[in-house]
Amino acid sequence: MAEKTTKKTGQEAGTNGTAGNGNGKRLLGIDPEAIKAKAIEDLEAIKQPTKTDLYKSIFRVKHDETPRSRTLGVLSNVFLHLHPAKINRDAVAYNYTWGMGGISFYLFWVLTWTGVLLMFYYHPTKVQAFRDILYLEHDVPFGKLLRNMHRWGAHAMVLTVWLHMYRVFLTGSYKKPRQFNWMVGVILLVLTLLLSFTGYLLPDDQLGFWAVTVGTNMARATPMLGHEGPFGLMFGMTAYNDVRFALLGGSIVDSNALLRAYIWHCVAIPGFAATFMIVHFWRVRKDGGISGPAPMMLEKEIKPLRR
Amino acid sequence: MDWHQLWTILSLPDNVPIIGLMIVIPFYTWYAFRQAFANDRLIEQLEADPEMAKTHHRKTQPFLKGWAREVHVWPYLLRIEFLAAIIVTAILMVWSITLDAPLEEPANPTLTMNPSKAPWYFLGLQEMLVYFDPWIAGVVMPTLIIVGLIAIPYIDTNPLGNGYYTYKQRRFAIWTYLSGFIILWCVMVVIGTLIRGPGWMWFWPGQTWDHNKLVFEVNRDLHEIIGITDPLIYGIFGFLVVAGFVVLTGFAVHKLLTMTEFNRKILDRMTLLQYLTMQLLLITMVGLPAKMAARLLFRIKYVWVTPWFNV
Ligand code: HEM
Repeated sequence: MAEKTTKKTGQEAGTNGTAGNGNGKRLLGIDPEAIKAKAIEDLEAIKQPTKTDLYKSIFRVKHDETPRSRTLGVLSNVFLHLHPAKINRDAVAYNYTWGMGGISFYLFWVLTWTGVLLMFYYHPTKVQAFRDILYLEHDVPFGKLLRNMHRWGAHAMVLTVWLHMYRVFLTGSYKKPRQFNWMVGVILLVLTLLLSFTGYLLPDDQLGFWAVTVGTNMARATPMLGHEGPFGLMFGMTAYNDVRFALLGGSIVDSNALLRAYIWHCVAIPGFAATFMIVHFWRVRKDGGISGPAPMMLEKEIKPLRR
Repeated sequence: MDWHQLWTILSLPDNVPIIGLMIVIPFYTWYAFRQAFANDRLIEQLEADPEMAKTHHRKTQPFLKGWAREVHVWPYLLRIEFLAAIIVTAILMVWSITLDAPLEEPANPTLTMNPSKAPWYFLGLQEMLVYFDPWIAGVVMPTLIIVGLIAIPYIDTNPLGNGYYTYKQRRFAIWTYLSGFIILWCVMVVIGTLIRGPGWMWFWPGQTWDHNKLVFEVNRDLHEIIGITDPLIYGIFGFLVVAGFVVLTGFAVHKLLTMTEFNRKILDRMTLLQYLTMQLLLITMVGLPAKMAARLLFRIKYVWVTPWFNV
């Protein structure tokens, strides 16, 4: 009812040409001029979205080109505040870090998303797993692209993590005070490789099956804990109670192994990796930010060691 | 020359990362060393000229008085991260559209794949299986690699080269890392991918992967070659050989380490524990090529045979 009235009065206001001068007719106690003025006000506001309450409530601070708001833009954002507000001017050049840590993280992120999407179509059972992959490849819209991106992304991440470690070594960035972060890095490297390896079995095809068979056969030979390893028999190891059995949930790579690989791959290892990444990034900040390019130190400036 | 065989291996979608590896590792090695050498030249200048050392900002990057030493993350870093994300996404998309992830026949425990290979990043370890028993190649070595990597910051007592590329100031560390990472890891990965064929046999690039190839080579234990038959004696003999290797290599490493004045100074800063850990890791590292040479040159299977384990 009210809607209709407004429309009508709006037309009238338009025809008598006296918009805005305040002496328009009132209908049912509503002043059409005031409504029109408000509507114009709203439309004007849309032209400057950054001034709206909605915008301010989300972004909290202005984003103009003052140093203050550039700083706040980083510090007051939960994702960006991983970064400091300012960094070494030479560290932003590509040639120092090669961006490999950041790219590894981005790839992890891409893998998480594509991985979650793949999980919608995948059952970790001997009956379904292989068929699910076929289904993904042939029927699911973009399923093939999804699987390919997950696979190649994983390979690429292994490469970028190696390169990241390579550059951290070559810039001596593991030296004091960053020793511990290097350790966290090594753990991340191992987790990255394990993520890739556990994923290998999931399509339940010949490639994954034999790769995992070759890989876990080595566990048989673990000293003391594998039934074919040195001293294994003395410790009472058999094919049914050694580490390999624990990894596979059986004495052969079968349905239990598939389920275990799935849980490690989709839940446990990504959880550990994410946790260690948080620690890793936190420590980069706490250890004084990125290590360089630092001013070079000369041999004669080495201080005698205090113990 | 079997070009078709070569192409079959190289064009396998799962081998693309290895091709990438062969391009990317040399590139970044060059990229790092170019900067290292530039820095080294500046270090030499600074060492020669104390006045310059006092005033210079000590980087090869340009710097003028009045320039801020720091820049805002917004936008100078964020825009790079954004660009990097876009480029990586684009590369990954193109890669995923053009090449399909492999999918073989369904898993079949009764039909062994030949060659059956671990994922490419573990092929270095699988290659080691040729020369060592699985408990060494599959368990001890990976553990030592992880522990050794973690130990690096705690045994490297050289304070120079913290936060910049340099070769001159860290020769020993850099050579060690390069031999471990490039020769013992990356090259083994490449060998495992491109060279090892059916039966894990050696096929030169371009040689046909012949599934019926048989190689008649007899590998013998060291004590057999020498002619010791008593298990107790060859057990002790093997131990002595391994111990001798450890002592000799340790001695050689020590000689190498004390060759320059600078390294002697750094060595002085090490605790005994640091020194012994470093020796243990370096000796093990040298052990890999040593055993490989023993096998390839002298057809030696095991050096040390005991009822419980063989080395
Ligand atoms: C999942 C794997 C990893 C991710 C996502 C990651 C991420 C990062 C990022 C984003 C940085 C900031 C600087 C840069 O991009 O270079 C960084 C720094 C660092 N990373 Fe990693 N990293 C990973 C693995 C490793 C590994 C394997 C190591 C070494 C063994 C390592 C050691 C370090 C150290 C010591 C720093 C500080 C470097 C400096 O201050 O110059 N990280 N990491």
